[in-house]
Formats: sequence, C-alpha cells, structure tokens
Amino acid sequence: MSDAIIEVRNLSHAYGDVLAVDNISFSVNRGEIFAFLGPNGAGKSTVINVLITLLSIQAGEVSIAGHDVRTAPDMVRRAIGIVFQEVTLDRDMTVREILEFHGRLYNLPREERRARIEELLALVELEAKRDARTKELSGGMKRRLEIARGLMTRPQVLFLDEPTIGLDPQTRIRMWDYLREVNRTGTTIFLTTHYMDEADHLSNRISIIDNGRIIVTGTPLALKNGLGEDVMYMETSDTAGTEDVLRNLAYVRDVRQKRNGTVFTVTEDGTRLLPAIMDDVRQRGIAVTAVNLKKPSMDDVFVHYTGRDLRDEGARKWGAGRGRSR
Amino acid sequence: MGGRAGEIPVNVGFATVYWRDMLRFFRFKTLLVSSLVQPALWMAFFGVAMSSNFDRLSAGVMPGAGIEQIGYLTFMGAGVIAMTTLFTSLFGGVVILFDKNWGLMRELFASPIPRTHIVLGIGLSGVTKAWIQSIIIMIFGLIIGVQFFAGYTPVDIAIAVLGILIFVGTFALGFLFLSATIAVSMESPEGLQGIITLLTLPIFFTSNALYPTTAFPPFLQALAVVNPLTHLINGIRFFAIGSSFSAIGIEFVYTPQIILTSYLVLLGFCVGTFLLSRWAFNRAEVT
Repeated sequence: MSDAIIEVRNLSHAYGDVLAVDNISFSVNRGEIFAFLGPNGAGKSTVINVLITLLSIQAGEVSIAGHDVRTAPDMVRRAIGIVFQEVTLDRDMTVREILEFHGRLYNLPREERRARIEELLALVELEAKRDARTKELSGGMKRRLEIARGLMTRPQVLFLDEPTIGLDPQTRIRMWDYLREVNRTGTTIFLTTHYMDEADHLSNRISIIDNGRIIVTGTPLALKNGLGEDVMYMETSDTAGTEDVLRNLAYVRDVRQKRNGTVFTVTEDGTRLLPAIMDDVRQRGIAVTAVNLKKPSMDDVFVHYTGRDLRDEGARKWGAGRGRSR
Repeated sequence: MGGRAGEIPVNVGFATVYWRDMLRFFRFKTLLVSSLVQPALWMAFFGVAMSSNFDRLSAGVMPGAGIEQIGYLTFMGAGVIAMTTLFTSLFGGVVILFDKNWGLMRELFASPIPRTHIVLGIGLSGVTKAWIQSIIIMIFGLIIGVQFFAGYTPVDIAIAVLGILIFVGTFALGFLFLSATIAVSMESPEGLQGIITLLTLPIFFTSNALYPTTAFPPFLQALAVVNPLTHLINGIRFFAIGSSFSAIGIEFVYTPQIILTSYLVLLGFCVGTFLLSRWAFNRAEVT
C-alpha cells in the first residue's frame, strides 16, 4: 500500500449510455514502468484522461502521489507530467519556447526554468534544435520534445498515452531507451499502448485491458509463463524412444513428430523443465543432438486472454499514422 | 514539485497565455501586416469614397451658430476604429477553437492554471492587438485628412487617446470573452465562422458607425441603443472630436452623463461576457 503511487479503486466511466470503463481497480508502485495494453476502444485513453484530470471522475476512487483526483485535482496536476496521444505542439513555436511556455504554466521560477530546459534538451538530445520551430522536427524529435515537456516540472509520475504511435522501428527503440533513462532517475511511468512488443520490452508490469475491464495483470514474464504454452523441439538418436519418454511426463502435452525431431508443449516454465527432460531422455541411452525452446509471445498472451488478435485492428486504425499538430 | 507541495505560488497563468498569443501574433508576418493594413484600406477607399458623396449632399446644410462642422471622413474615422475592434475581437476567440481541435488546449486544461486565466490571457492579447490597430488607424487617418483632435493641446491629445484606448479596451475584452465562449462550445471552425458573421452584421449596421441612428425606425433604434458598438463609437467621437459637433447635417451633443452611461454599458457587457465565458470554460471537457 505505502509504495503505491497510483491507486485506483472501482473506477467506472460512461459516455452517455456507453460504459467505457467498467469497475477497474489497480495500483502502480513508485518507481515502476506500468503499461495498459489493449486494443483501440478498450478504455485505455478514458482511464488515463481521468487519471490526469482531463475528464472529471464519475465513479470510484483515484489517488495519485497521495492526492485525490476528485478533491485535489490541482495537487495531482502539479505531481504529474503528461505526453498526450497525438502531437500537441504548436507548429510555430520553437523547441525552447515550448518548454518555456510549459515551465511558466507551472510557475517554475525563471532560473529553475532555464536550467531545467538545458538539462532536458541534453537528455532528449535536442540541444542543436533549440531554436527550430516544431514543424521542422521529425516525428521522433517531436515525441522527444513532448517527453522533455512532460518532465519540465520534475513529476513523480509521467503519463504517456501511446508514446510510440506512428514512429519507425528504430525511433521506437530509441524512445524506449529515453523512457528507461527517465525511469532510472526515479520517475514512475504509466503508459498505454496497443503494441505488444512495447508492453513486453519496456514495462515492469502490464495490465491487459479489453472492453473497459482489466483482464489480467502481471510482469511480462509471469504473463507469458502463466499461459503454460512453452513449445519445445528436440532432435535425438531415437525419435520413437523419445516420444515414449515424453508421453510419460505429466507436464508434457501435444507430442508430435516433425521432420527429424519431436515437437511438444509443456504446461509449466520450460526453461526450468528442459534440463530434467534431457536427463530423462539420456537415461534411456538416447543421445540429444539439438533442442529449441520457444516462449509464448505477448501476442499469444493477448489472444489467450481476450480471444482475439489485436494487431489487425491496430494496423487498420493507425495505418494512416497520426500527426495532429499545428 | 512534491517537495514544495504545500506552497501555492501567485498564479500568473494569464500572463503565460498572453505571452504565447503575442508571440504568435508577431511571428506570423502576413497576419500581422494584414491586420494592420486592412483598417487602413477601409479608411482609404470606403472613407474617401463615401465622404466625397456625403460632403456634397450635406454641403447646403448650415450648422447652428457656434457648432463645429466636421467632414464625413472624420465622422466615420471613429466608426472604422470601432468596426476594426469589433471584427478583431470577435475573431480573437478562434485561436481557442484551433487549440482545442489540434489538442493544444489539453496542455492548458491539464495544468494547474485556473480556466479563467486562459480567457483572460486571450482577452488581454486581443486588447493589445485592438490598441495597436486603433493607434495605426488614428495615425493613418490624420495623414489622409481625418480631423481628430482639432485644436487640442498635447495634454488634451494624450487624455483623448487614453480615453479612446480605455473605451476600445473594455469593448474588445467584452467581445473577446463572447468569442472565447462561443469558440470553446463549438466543434468546427465553419460553425464558429457562421455564428460570428451572423453576429457581426446586425451589430455593425445597427450602430452609428457609418451614419447617425436618429433617423432609424423605432425597432432599429432600440437595437442601436443596446448595441455596445454604438456606445464605443460615442466614446471615441467624444474624445477624438469633441462634446458637440455637426456632421452630415445632424447635430451631435455628448454630455459627460451620456459618455459615462456609454462606458458603464460597455463595462457591464464586459462583466457579463466574462461570467459567461467562465461558466463555459469550467464546464468544457477537452480530451
């Protein structure tokens, strides 16, 4: 309890008759990177908009950095930084002016403002662009500038709504590095994403959200292991004998022959079972010549829990890219 | 800012909003130049063309003894200042709709600054623009023959300009608040454009900007009396021309009571639209 920086209990939110968020509870620990993973329309943005006080809370309790969003929204605002889903940069202001404007909005004293701008421009490597107007920046640079802006006020929590939408793969990986760096310096990160790999590689913990509800929460590893669907491949000197050994193991199922080897699924963490399985096979006097182990991906986890594939929808809706800016 | 959580600094959010809007005003050179040239063009073309007609029509009319007669160009000079202020102010809220539609308003709405400071910041930047325009029109007008401040001492002129700017500023604030209210409640720029155009025409043509309202039918005259533009023009003519003069064959007398009443109407309008905008901004949700 005491190290939870975001505490959400029984949060619901409706637009007219449409229930977008349905009785959600979760907490985020101080210092972690926490991801909401779900398809578009799952309710992720609604949750984040309630948390950052853009939507007024309808039902439930939300506390951020010890402040209630219902009774002390201004204190919440001072404790958080935000990177919105679409680019929200004035096209005709310079990089430095964007940060200056934000610092003034939050009443940072002049000296602190100047020092902080230099510090953040260095962090996101935009020093050379300080006097460029934002319309001249690449998509990745815009995102970095928005991250810098979100950090101007040294927030305890940084909220990011779909932080790498529309960015190319290399830029996305760089962006994750920046976010890890930000996290290392002590900022808790809450992000929403519909990218499996982003949730998988970047976050400490993930909540999968679908139809306004949290389906499951856990570390990426625990979620993947929890499926019990590690797939193994083994080549041996005696394929039939190997199959016989495997069929007698309780945690093995779906044994199939494939070319020169045997494919099977284990219901527990395969990395821990594999040595014992190999020992069993060798005890029969069978030589093991090759093994392979495939863990379920985040996609498998998602399909398992929601019963559908998220990538198709994502690609369709976001294929045109984002880029609302002026 | 956790360490200083208990500290509530003096909020100057409106100054920040003002700073950004002025930054943009001076950055867009075409916008800057066109907003300054447009009123000058009104004076140069409409003013000169109309005054040559009106002055000929009213040439035979003799004013009463001791009443100063002024040309049409001088008469409508005040109207052009007022009209420009009206247009600039009514369109001043458009920036709010753009900020809202482009997502930029979210940064402001999610920040600790009170919503009213957004309106105040936009309002003050609009007033600044209206003042710059008014001064340009006065200077340009004097060059092409508008008889403002005739026979005034430098001190009189300073007081007169100050009085005009106070009237213009109060009027501009009122319409900027109104414009901001409409903008924050609208979804599309086309809708906003429509509403503003719908407002502009009756306000402009039921005022005394281009002609006296005394010959209006009673219905229009009633509109003219409640029209803030009429009261702004009363103020400008009082300060720029004098308390009694004759133009287009009609005698105008502005007593201090009339001018004070006109100012109070503008002030009341301004307070009313401010309250309206505060209500609209506090209930607005931007996501």
